[in-house]
Amino acid sequence: MDASVLLDVHGVRRTFPRPGGDELLVLDGVDLSLKEGEIVGLLGRSGSGKSTLLRLIAGLARPQGGSLSYLGQPIDGPASGIAMVFQGFALFPWLTVLENVQLGLEALGLPEKEIRTRALAAIDLIGLDGYESAYPRELSGGMRQRVGFARSLVVHPNILLMDEPFSALDVLTAENLRTDLIELWMQAKLPIKGIILVTHNIEEAVQMCDRVLLFSSNPGRVTSEIVIDAPRPRERTDPRFEDYVDQIYVAMTARRVERQRQAPPTGSAPVQQLTHVSSSTIAGLIEAVAAPPYNGKADLPDIASDLQLEIDDLFPVTEALQLLRLGDIEGGDIKLTHMGKRFADADTNERKEIFSRSLQSYVPFATHIRRVLDERANHAAPRRRFIDELEDHMAEDAAEETLRAIISWARFAELFSYDKESEMFSLENPT
Amino acid sequence: MKILPPVSIVTRRFLPSSWDVMAAIFVFGLIILFSDASREVIQPLTSLARKPISLDPSALPQYALRTALRMLVALAFSLTFTFTYATWAAKSPRAGTLLVPLLDILQSIPILGFLSVTLVFFLSLAPGRILGAEFAAVFLIFTSQAWNMAFSFYQSLRTVPTELTEAGRVFGLNAWARFWRIEVPFGMPQLIWNMMMSMSGAWFMLVASEAFTVGNTSITLPGIGSYIAAAVEAKSLPAIFWAIGAMLVVILIFDQLLFRPLVAWADRFRIDAEPGDEEVESWALKMYRRSKLFDAIGTPFEILMRRSYQLTPPARKLPVAKAVIPAWLAAGIWYAILVVLGAYVVWRVASFVGASLGFSDFVGVFLRGLATMARVILLIALASLVWVPIGIHVGLRPHLTRIVQPIAQFLAAFPVNLLFPVAVYLIVRWELNPDIWLSPLMVLGTQWYILFNVIAGASALPKELRDVSDNLQIKGWLWWKNVALPAVFPYYVTGAITASGGSWNASIVAEVVSWGSRQLHAFGLGAYIFDATTAGDYHRIVLGLAMMSFLVVTVNRLFWRPLYWYAERKYRMG
Repeated sequence: MDASVLLDVHGVRRTFPRPGGDELLVLDGVDLSLKEGEIVGLLGRSGSGKSTLLRLIAGLARPQGGSLSYLGQPIDGPASGIAMVFQGFALFPWLTVLENVQLGLEALGLPEKEIRTRALAAIDLIGLDGYESAYPRELSGGMRQRVGFARSLVVHPNILLMDEPFSALDVLTAENLRTDLIELWMQAKLPIKGIILVTHNIEEAVQMCDRVLLFSSNPGRVTSEIVIDAPRPRERTDPRFEDYVDQIYVAMTARRVERQRQAPPTGSAPVQQLTHVSSSTIAGLIEAVAAPPYNGKADLPDIASDLQLEIDDLFPVTEALQLLRLGDIEGGDIKLTHMGKRFADADTNERKEIFSRSLQSYVPFATHIRRVLDERANHAAPRRRFIDELEDHMAEDAAEETLRAIISWARFAELFSYDKESEMFSLENPT
Repeated sequence: MKILPPVSIVTRRFLPSSWDVMAAIFVFGLIILFSDASREVIQPLTSLARKPISLDPSALPQYALRTALRMLVALAFSLTFTFTYATWAAKSPRAGTLLVPLLDILQSIPILGFLSVTLVFFLSLAPGRILGAEFAAVFLIFTSQAWNMAFSFYQSLRTVPTELTEAGRVFGLNAWARFWRIEVPFGMPQLIWNMMMSMSGAWFMLVASEAFTVGNTSITLPGIGSYIAAAVEAKSLPAIFWAIGAMLVVILIFDQLLFRPLVAWADRFRIDAEPGDEEVESWALKMYRRSKLFDAIGTPFEILMRRSYQLTPPARKLPVAKAVIPAWLAAGIWYAILVVLGAYVVWRVASFVGASLGFSDFVGVFLRGLATMARVILLIALASLVWVPIGIHVGLRPHLTRIVQPIAQFLAAFPVNLLFPVAVYLIVRWELNPDIWLSPLMVLGTQWYILFNVIAGASALPKELRDVSDNLQIKGWLWWKNVALPAVFPYYVTGAITASGGSWNASIVAEVVSWGSRQLHAFGLGAYIFDATTAGDYHRIVLGLAMMSFLVVTVNRLFWRPLYWYAERKYRMG
């Protein structure tokens, strides 16, 4: 075995039990290895199981299948050489900065003096000098995450796991913390040998990682690996940087388009799984793409950074556009269809009409609900009837989400209405 | 929990500060108190009869101390119970399915119920000595404190943020260390608030827990509760006022020396607090923190605790996610055990009660239960009509809230027995029907929970919503209907649930009222249990208790729970 391999993950499978008794598959056949001196990024949309994988590596949970080993030893619980930085910081609000940082060392049972020196050194390294006696609530988000980093570094872990560590911070703070971290990493000042970074921010992955693994959702699988071979520090304006970003966008959307194409044609089975996106978000994206400088066709990375959308925000909207045939995606670009362009120019009532037509043509289940309501004498039907129908074809939470999307779109299209109190669908609109 | 070296080592000053002097007075006072009380409690039980309760106000300080000590000891037991029972219920979902409903039932059993079945046991622990009776009294106080504390901690344990627990595990804290460093601190603010509530509950039931009669055994332990009982029997109005005064002083001391420092200290455990939030000040906390004496007492414990975190190595092994026995089978076995156990208990209760009581007794008890239920419902409704508007009015004005809250807290602690003279006088004077006019006594101590919660709800109403309703000039009924009432509704429901449960418990002291030799009875379940206890009729006691538990739990499940979830779903902000 290669001595420089810190972590080896092979064929990992993880499921979660669901109330109904069946199981939800979150991770399936995932392979991953981390060598000394590497930063590996796990990139994917929420629900792709990347955070779950991180928790398996941290020893916080066990997989149902496959193996994980750290320095050749199987991982069967939290290992002392693996530390983690959390998305929500996970600082103990009742401990001061110093006490938070010392916590992990105390658990190791080190002598008090060593605890103190190492903690102060970590605080110093991460730029928290002067804040030792502050409580986390007195600090800004960026400073809090610095405490999170110091707390992990102080135990001198071999592997540092980072679970979207910058996503709870504002853009400037995140950038500041990222560059600081990269600088320390390049100067080899960090007492760590390898980093695994979970993120849903493509630029962040390109900026920090040596390799990026792309995850698909439902279930989470590694679909491709992109090696970022560029010297650090990497500038966003560098054309090579942009190339890598483009490459990842293309890889991620290509897969999705393919999946959409594979979906059964309309009419046969009137059920498809939907992600809820508000109609005003859809309208917003159409308007943005229609307007200059894009004039109907936009590069995804460009428009994402323009509108400050993370992939978790952007992809569901582009998918909704594709589904409703208002837009099309090819080679990392989004292009408005004829209908999409008409939608952009229309007033509210016309928009509702276009949207309604798209909805009835391409979301068969919405048409199905409408037909049922039309056929019934009182033009009303309970929610239960449709959710049951959806659950025949998909998991419970997916069914909930799908129905939520349909209700929201149908409301905008004025196709039918829904009363949450009584859980009834009807054709009546309050007048 | 602090890691810095003790202040006494860091500071250069050699002479004791004024805080040290105060702390010394405090500590040695406590030591003397304990030694005094412990000498008393090993006296034979018969000495109680030789030394009847004196109504002389000069005896009150001594009584007050005994009562305070009893309450503190009970509070310590309640905390121990909370940390074990609630933790077990929260950590083992399977145990939780039994323990949580059990807590519901325990909460519905009035204090006399616990008394009648446990008195003999406690007296036998220290045969012939006062100590046994003291055990019983402490246990009774415990039963009026423990349940809601345990429930609050259970709730906290279930809402500890996952990230915190995960961080604890990643950094190698074992279960014991995680409990004391993560879970207990997280639950602390809520637990302290419930401890204060529990204290009020203990005061409210104080007379019943210090002076009691079960069949032929009558016990009157020296304390404020017994003093009140004696004052009521002797029809001494001045003594009643002295008792109120003494109670007020003890409550104030508790507040200053115990609860206020606790609240101020627990402020840092609040996870949602912002730096701008108002901080609670407490001089006593300053004393505890700054005196060397408390440091000297506390440091060994601190070191001991810190050592204990490292006793066992951090848990490494994780159970493999795949269970050996399928989950449904394990759950099935567990539920089967529960059903068999439940059936056995029902059968035992039925055969015990059925041995001497017939169907007519059962119907009689049921009717009494319905009478008490009617009272509870009606009075909670009336109290709501009064306190909801007032609570909203107060809650929207912070300066009023600061004045009203402590007063309401004191009133919630007010033992109902203190109002017996007023009730008896009015009813006898105007020849009123006790079935109706004794009822208000039931909500006397519990209506304040409605007020507390409505105040909390109104003060939590977002400023923006108030601004927008001002801006749109929403006034009058429209404002109440669309702004104020919906905003406080979830809070109100929680308060009303607490108040209703408390009123059921209070029925045992509110449906039988005496002043001197004059005793008034109302037709109800509380009076039934009271009489059965006094007569030592165990069959009737068990029947009455079972009926009360059944009614309370049924009302909770069928009425309050759906209402609670409805309120949470529809009206909870954010």
